[in-house]
Amino acid sequence: MNAPIAGQRGMRDIRAIAIGGSAGGVEALAELLPALTARGMLSIFVVVHQPRDRSSLLPGIFASRCAFAVCEPDDKQVVRPDHIYFAPADYHMLVDAGPRISLSADDLVHHSRPSIDVLFESAADVYAEHLLAIVLSGGNEDGADGALAVRRAGGFVVVQDPETARVPMMPRSALAKVAADAVLPVAEIFALLNELCEKEIVDDR
Amino acid sequence: MPDQSDIEMRLLLDAIYHRYHFDFRAYATPSLKRRLRAAMQRFRCDTLSQLQDRALHEPALFPALLDYLTVHVSEMFRDPSYFRALRETVLPVLRTYPSLKVWVAGCSAGEEAYSMAILLHEEGLLARSLIYATDINPRALQRAEAGVFDVASIAGFTDNHRRSGAPVSLSDYYMAAYDSAVFNKALKKHIVFSDHSLATDSVFAEVQLVSCRNVLIYFDRGLQERAIGLFRDSLCHGGFLGIGSKESLRFSRHADAFATVSAEDRIYRLQGATA
Repeated sequence: MNAPIAGQRGMRDIRAIAIGGSAGGVEALAELLPALTARGMLSIFVVVHQPRDRSSLLPGIFASRCAFAVCEPDDKQVVRPDHIYFAPADYHMLVDAGPRISLSADDLVHHSRPSIDVLFESAADVYAEHLLAIVLSGGNEDGADGALAVRRAGGFVVVQDPETARVPMMPRSALAKVAADAVLPVAEIFALLNELCEKEIVDDR
Repeated sequence: MPDQSDIEMRLLLDAIYHRYHFDFRAYATPSLKRRLRAAMQRFRCDTLSQLQDRALHEPALFPALLDYLTVHVSEMFRDPSYFRALRETVLPVLRTYPSLKVWVAGCSAGEEAYSMAILLHEEGLLARSLIYATDINPRALQRAEAGVFDVASIAGFTDNHRRSGAPVSLSDYYMAAYDSAVFNKALKKHIVFSDHSLATDSVFAEVQLVSCRNVLIYFDRGLQERAIGLFRDSLCHGGFLGIGSKESLRFSRHADAFATVSAEDRIYRLQGATA
């Protein structure tokens, strides 16, 4: 088992995971998200860059494969455990106190809407040390500033090992900006997520 | 204990309200925080308290700060299926009224107001229609009044317009001049641009259609309720309300007053219609 990974800096009360990816990110997500065991503890937020004018197919793709409920949220929707929230196409997805979803149609960030930085920064404000941010494969610098904000708020940052990412630029940019808690191939991020889920079972007893 | 920057943000918004009578106190916090961070960089302030100091003592700076607080990016015929639904479902009903009043709330630089005018023109209704296009930002209203858009955006607007079921090309409505597209003044004759705040002003007219898209997302739930209440009070019985594709009446206490016309396109109708 990979117990040391989650144990390193006391990753013991994670309540939310924010995940960002671009080119190559969907493949990584396809390995990761079905790994999650619904334990009533974790909410997941996902930003994947996609063409602006195409409404997202991702929730449909993942819904049948995940133990978590998968949705593309409306503005002000209440955030629940065991749910995966995919940012809608052409909106930034932020987390507000509550927690609730808060959407915005503000300017593109790193040529992207939704932007990973926007999600990470707002989630860091709300969840602080209870947040784990994961930067996956992708071809621009989105997510790096956001990962820094997550660390500064006391949260955890895991970056996909650039050597294993289809497009390494996004993980590399994040690593250039922030000391990640772990740099892992997707299979080991998978193990880490499992561990977080199992951990909750232990904590429940 | 509240976070330091949350305290500073509240104080700044209070200062802006008392000094300039623009009320951002009930805006959704996450987007506002982001915009204020950007404004801090632009005005070279390390803290929101410093920005507050400048905002209070340098009134000349305020219009630029207001642009940060209100920037609403928009495009013409954003979400073509919404305009198609208006064209195919809503306007055939509104056609039965002798005259039409439409309120485009939060019109920003006017993209949606001109889209609405074009739509009404194409459906043969513009001659007896009046569009109230309102916003809180005077600079945005000036831009809207000018009816000039960056030619770089026109390709996207044209594609949206076509997909809204338009019978003609968008190019029928503007003249390209250098890097600008200047929209036909005949459209503007049916639009009244004016200053109105959903946060502090009240109902000003009875209308048959309110279109307020991607504005409510910037409000907290209390202010959303206020705005939806204004729309409800402005609409005639059987009048229509269109909101953004990710906005919802679901969480509103006014929800019961409306029937859903198109769940997908977020178009609702005030109950009480006999038709």
